[in-house]
Amino acid sequence: MSEIERREDRTPGRRGPWAYSSAPEGREIVRLQDRYDLFVGGRFIEPKSGRYFETINPATEETLAQVAEAGEEDVDLAVRAAREAWEERWRDLPGKERAKYLYRIARALQERSREFAVLETMNNGKPIKESRDVDVPLAAAHFFYYAGWADKIEYAFPGRTPRPLGVAAQITPWNFPLLMCAWKLAPALATGNTAVLKPASTTPLTAFLLAEVIEQAELPPGVVNVIPGPGGRTGEWLARHPDVAKIAFTGSTEIGKILRRSVAGTGKRLTLELGGKAANIVFEDAPLDQAIEGIVNGIFFNQGEVCCAGSRLFVQESVFEVVLDKLKARLDTLRVGDPLDKNTDVGAINSRDQLEKITELVQSGIEEGAEIYQPDCPLPERGFWFRPTLFTNVSQSHRIAREEIFGPVLSILTFRTPEEAVEKANNTPYGLSAGIWTEKGSRILWMAERMKAGVVWANTFNRFDPSSPFGGYKESGFGREGGRHGLEPYLDLDGSGR
Amino acid sequence: MSQTAEIQPGGVGTQAFGPRDAARLVARTTAVDAVGLEERAASLGKRSIKRESKLWALDLAIRCTDLTTLEGADTAGKVVAMCAKAVRPNPIDPSIPSVAAVCLYPELVPVALGQLKGTGVRVASVAGGFPSGLGPLDARLREVREVVEMGAHEVDIVLNRSLFLAGRYAQAFEELRAAREAAEGVHLKVILEVGELGSYDRVRQASVLAMAAGADFIKTSTGKLSTGATLPSALCMMEAARDFSRETGRPVGIKVAGGIRRSKQAVQYLVLLYETLGPEWMTPERFRIGASSLLNDVLMQIDKERTGRYQGPDYFTID
Amino acid sequence: MSAPERVPVKRTAKLFIGGEFPRSESGRAYEVLSHDGRLLAWAARASRKDLRDAVRAARDAQPGWAGRTPYNRGQILYRVAELMEGRRAQFEAELADAGAPDPRRGVDAAIDRWVWYAGWCDKVHQVLGGTNPVAAPYFNFTIPEPTGVVGIVAPPDQALLGLVSRLAPAIVSGNTAVVIASEPSPLPAVSLAEVLATSDVPGGVVNVLTGFTRELVPWLAGHMDVNAVDVTGVPDDLMPEVEALAAENMKRLHRAPDVDPFSPQAQSPYEITALCEMKTVWHPIGA
Repeated sequence: MSEIERREDRTPGRRGPWAYSSAPEGREIVRLQDRYDLFVGGRFIEPKSGRYFETINPATEETLAQVAEAGEEDVDLAVRAAREAWEERWRDLPGKERAKYLYRIARALQERSREFAVLETMNNGKPIKESRDVDVPLAAAHFFYYAGWADKIEYAFPGRTPRPLGVAAQITPWNFPLLMCAWKLAPALATGNTAVLKPASTTPLTAFLLAEVIEQAELPPGVVNVIPGPGGRTGEWLARHPDVAKIAFTGSTEIGKILRRSVAGTGKRLTLELGGKAANIVFEDAPLDQAIEGIVNGIFFNQGEVCCAGSRLFVQESVFEVVLDKLKARLDTLRVGDPLDKNTDVGAINSRDQLEKITELVQSGIEEGAEIYQPDCPLPERGFWFRPTLFTNVSQSHRIAREEIFGPVLSILTFRTPEEAVEKANNTPYGLSAGIWTEKGSRILWMAERMKAGVVWANTFNRFDPSSPFGGYKESGFGREGGRHGLEPYLDLDGSGR
Repeated sequence: MSQTAEIQPGGVGTQAFGPRDAARLVARTTAVDAVGLEERAASLGKRSIKRESKLWALDLAIRCTDLTTLEGADTAGKVVAMCAKAVRPNPIDPSIPSVAAVCLYPELVPVALGQLKGTGVRVASVAGGFPSGLGPLDARLREVREVVEMGAHEVDIVLNRSLFLAGRYAQAFEELRAAREAAEGVHLKVILEVGELGSYDRVRQASVLAMAAGADFIKTSTGKLSTGATLPSALCMMEAARDFSRETGRPVGIKVAGGIRRSKQAVQYLVLLYETLGPEWMTPERFRIGASSLLNDVLMQIDKERTGRYQGPDYFTID
Repeated sequence: MSAPERVPVKRTAKLFIGGEFPRSESGRAYEVLSHDGRLLAWAARASRKDLRDAVRAARDAQPGWAGRTPYNRGQILYRVAELMEGRRAQFEAELADAGAPDPRRGVDAAIDRWVWYAGWCDKVHQVLGGTNPVAAPYFNFTIPEPTGVVGIVAPPDQALLGLVSRLAPAIVSGNTAVVIASEPSPLPAVSLAEVLATSDVPGGVVNVLTGFTRELVPWLAGHMDVNAVDVTGVPDDLMPEVEALAAENMKRLHRAPDVDPFSPQAQSPYEITALCEMKTVWHPIGA
């Protein structure tokens, strides 16, 4: 990275462009193990499957560790450990004591935040400034927030006697590995369920560090179990296991559909947080410079590997030129490269598969006649990289305007009136999020009423908070995570046992 | 890398706007979202500037400094000492450059001119009823003309916040234009006093008004309020200057002043400048830091970077 | 030959105002006796001027405390629990001196109460605020906001749990507090002040006065810059005077529910909103 950035050094004439020296976050804080075993029943154990798979750093393609793959027998062991922990320890532990365990986890995440951030960046490819400033603090905040609910659940459901469901199967994605573990575990544990967590295959390492934290926080064995493996096998076995009462899945709509079919008729409770193709709508009276930041954050945050990314930009025609000019100029200042460099804005794509998918969709955009713009930034030779990309001349029918790309690719469309913006924005099978940029408060609320999306951001984008529910309409899934509403999917409110 | 064009005092584009444009300019100024602006400024403030790039920035910070004294107790003796410091900030280290200018009250301009002759360090004078700008207009303009006649190279005047906040934009504009004419041939810096403007929308509007009236620099603060320059207000002004330059072709410089005492702050402002206005603004021709105690902190940081040891104030001269 | 016996160092029991520990400006103190009549300490006997200073400190600290994020306040209150846990032996000894039947249980409950209320900081709005579906194109919502500076007259018995049960819900929402500690057993309050001073609670958010309840309460109730008073520890015969004084600036008065302080009923989100103002906001909806 330093070579890339140091285009020109301090010249004798003192007139050269300023180059930031590389500012890499040290890796020493992370103690990588050669091998990570399953975390089942409070212990790290070798998998009965006998199989291990490799996990890499997508920015360098170096192998970071071998990770145990949970086979069917391992899944069964984990679910049984969770069931036993639920029946014997966790279910009947008073809420105020469960709370204290969650507070301990939150504190440990805060104490070891740098270690978590560096490891997350190494395994995922996201810029360290994001793992440091977003992923890890938010993960800690989630535990903190739900710790506070553990002994107050009766206040969330007046007139009901909420009871936990049992074992929750939690299947998390690779884009926010640790944060998604927190989104899943914190409400599950707070409400008195135990968990079997299957982290994404390409990014299991912070889940293991979290397991270590959980062990050190002295949670009763089996309350949390971590069993990596491919979604098609491990995830499927887990979801189908008869002792699993509840499944929480975050991932693609495609897999969400498969998962739902596979548990159809079992009566298992399900929450799905799936794909998106969010509209980010800029009106002519918007605070334009902040809107530019919001657009950039909306699509290039985490390399655009965000289910709620603002991947369709709708600009009111009267400000299209000025927005486009500003946006291009802003793109030219994005620093793409070494994710561990504290000044990096856009890191590595998480996997070769994902890079190929992005490349293919971008190619389709070019072939369908859209106009592409990419800044002329140098990319490292090794690792998986994709330049921040804008498309103009996009129409609603283009694949890049319809399909989730899950990469740093923005399709720009225009509109003339608020009605048209609503119509176009909602014209998608997805409905996870939307953005609205205008100085006019009444228009924000008018637009928000009409957006078929679970989260609407006004004059901001990609904001998350543990107290704020998150989840989708339509094919973006159902159920909410976060906030008071995030408790409900983990509770039996009517005494039916489900 | 192309040579940065020097800002010609009252250069091209100035005549493009008249007092009758003032209200329209203010009205069509793009809105500023405070939360978004502050987030952006904070995120740029977290850029990690290390080693060579830090030394480069610290060197630039010195070259962009307007070493300032604006006290009622200023004397010729004080100014003589400050001028020596301005030319040779570290007497035992010739690699340390001179600052850009000294900034002082009109009374002391001749002293500074005498001390700085032939050094390349410029003399800037506040004028125009600094810091409130609320004296009689003819007296304020006469003050501007007098410091120019004395030989000051740069004049720092204040926006009439009383007129601006009352919505009397044409009058505020006319006053600035009159000062622009009175300051013929010298660099005119217009102080917005952001701490009194109350919102970033106002900061952006005032920036546009001052630039349209012919300011060569827009400057954050007088240094006389508890709130001086802040990262978000400076960013807001830089964004206004960037758009103004794109629209009119006329570059306008930025001066941050008020409460900038630490090297880290100076580097943060340089990051904002770099990422908003780009490398062409990374020069004393287009960027200034008004400060007094900052200089020694920068010197200490430079020595820290070079020696690897944290420095103590006893090893740097106080003038 | 045995080593000479070590002489323990005794603590001076001082007031806690604006994050500092002054003695009473009056130079007065009073004897604190244990339940069996031993002299435990001389506690500062606060004057009306000390009370005035405490109110001023609370007022100065209030906007900053309310301006912190609820998450941040929650973490800070949780930290109070963390630090109390570390000094529990001292609290237990003080409760024993005060004659508490089960000091350990009292300290447990006091710490857990902080934890319980800490969790409310970012939840009380969700449970007791909300949107109102008005029959017009307006977005309308109601949120609880802190009332401002709250005076707390702590109950004379239950010197620790009684105090924490009044103080914690008062500051959850962003109020700042002036506490008049239990007159017969002020030492747990003094120790709590020392815990607060070393936690991350900003100076002035909680101010603790020790002294004579009857002397201080009228000044508190009459103070025009106090927004509410928790009167749990006000003697019954003083209440008419307190209520009359409170009328001058429409101080809110609130009293703890008459339940066993150890029972779950002794803690409630309504203890938080009792010291809140409900604010309703209307905003038009239209393109």
